[in-house]
Amino acid sequence: MIGLTHYLTVAAILFTIGVLGIFVNRKNVIVILMSIELILLAVNINLVAFSVFLHQVAGQVFALFVLTVAAAEAAVGLAILVTFFRWRGDIAVDDASVMRG
Amino acid sequence: MVLQAIAFYLLAATTLVAGVAVISARNPVHSVLFLITTFFSAAGLFVLLGAEFLAMILVVVYVGAIAVLFLFVVMMLDVDFTALRQGFARYLPIGAIVAGILTVEMVIVAGSVAANGAAKASTGPAPARPGFSNAADIGAVLYTDYVYLFQAAGMVLLVAMIGAIVLTLKHRAGIRRQNVGDQVARDTKSGMVMVSIKPGEGIEL
Repeated sequence: MIGLTHYLTVAAILFTIGVLGIFVNRKNVIVILMSIELILLAVNINLVAFSVFLHQVAGQVFALFVLTVAAAEAAVGLAILVTFFRWRGDIAVDDASVMRG
Repeated sequence: MVLQAIAFYLLAATTLVAGVAVISARNPVHSVLFLITTFFSAAGLFVLLGAEFLAMILVVVYVGAIAVLFLFVVMMLDVDFTALRQGFARYLPIGAIVAGILTVEMVIVAGSVAANGAAKASTGPAPARPGFSNAADIGAVLYTDYVYLFQAAGMVLLVAMIGAIVLTLKHRAGIRRQNVGDQVARDTKSGMVMVSIKPGEGIEL
């Protein structure tokens, strides 16, 4: 019998994979953005699992909004990345501090 | 029941293995493809839970839009991705320790919440309103109780779209563009000149 714990465990592991991805790919912004997508997907799995097991649809509506924000975040993040690449000719985040000012 | 369990373990394993591949692939294009795999199997998990609408939204929005956007950007940028991987081995031990602790903590909390939390009395996955499809269920509350949030989500997407356009649009100097105002403002007085030419002399413009 697949219960709530199973889904929460999958989401927890997926969340930590995302966190680990940010840890080990410190320089590669594209993979960092993908890691953030993984984290948000883990959150969505949690929301949907609770929504289904508590018989309340609100969790799924919330997951829909998380999906919206994730899409907007990916679009703006990639746009910033393209602008940064045009300006620097590279996407190493270590150099991003020179943009301050 | 057994079939459901097999499907769950298959989809969960695919999700997690593809997730690990996303962060460890050498080529970012492979990362994006594994991200697509992750989202597909997560959509499968959603279907298994009975959230078909979100599963389809996940496939359409993520695989159809975001993953393709990532692919475009990865292929468009001419970057030496191997240079960006340095530090991978250096940060791996500390990252693995943090990730291990985080996983153990969250799994313990998840088990405790599932056993003692609000879902303790749950009879298992079931639709919110029996007799209605998942999409009808979501639609019934999305356009009534959550209508303002729905509008706000649309506003977020609009602002993100304008932001992305503003960030990436650049006006290069030296490119001739159509100026509609000038074209419309042009009349016979400014656009035409009458010259009388004597035969055999030609005209200097």
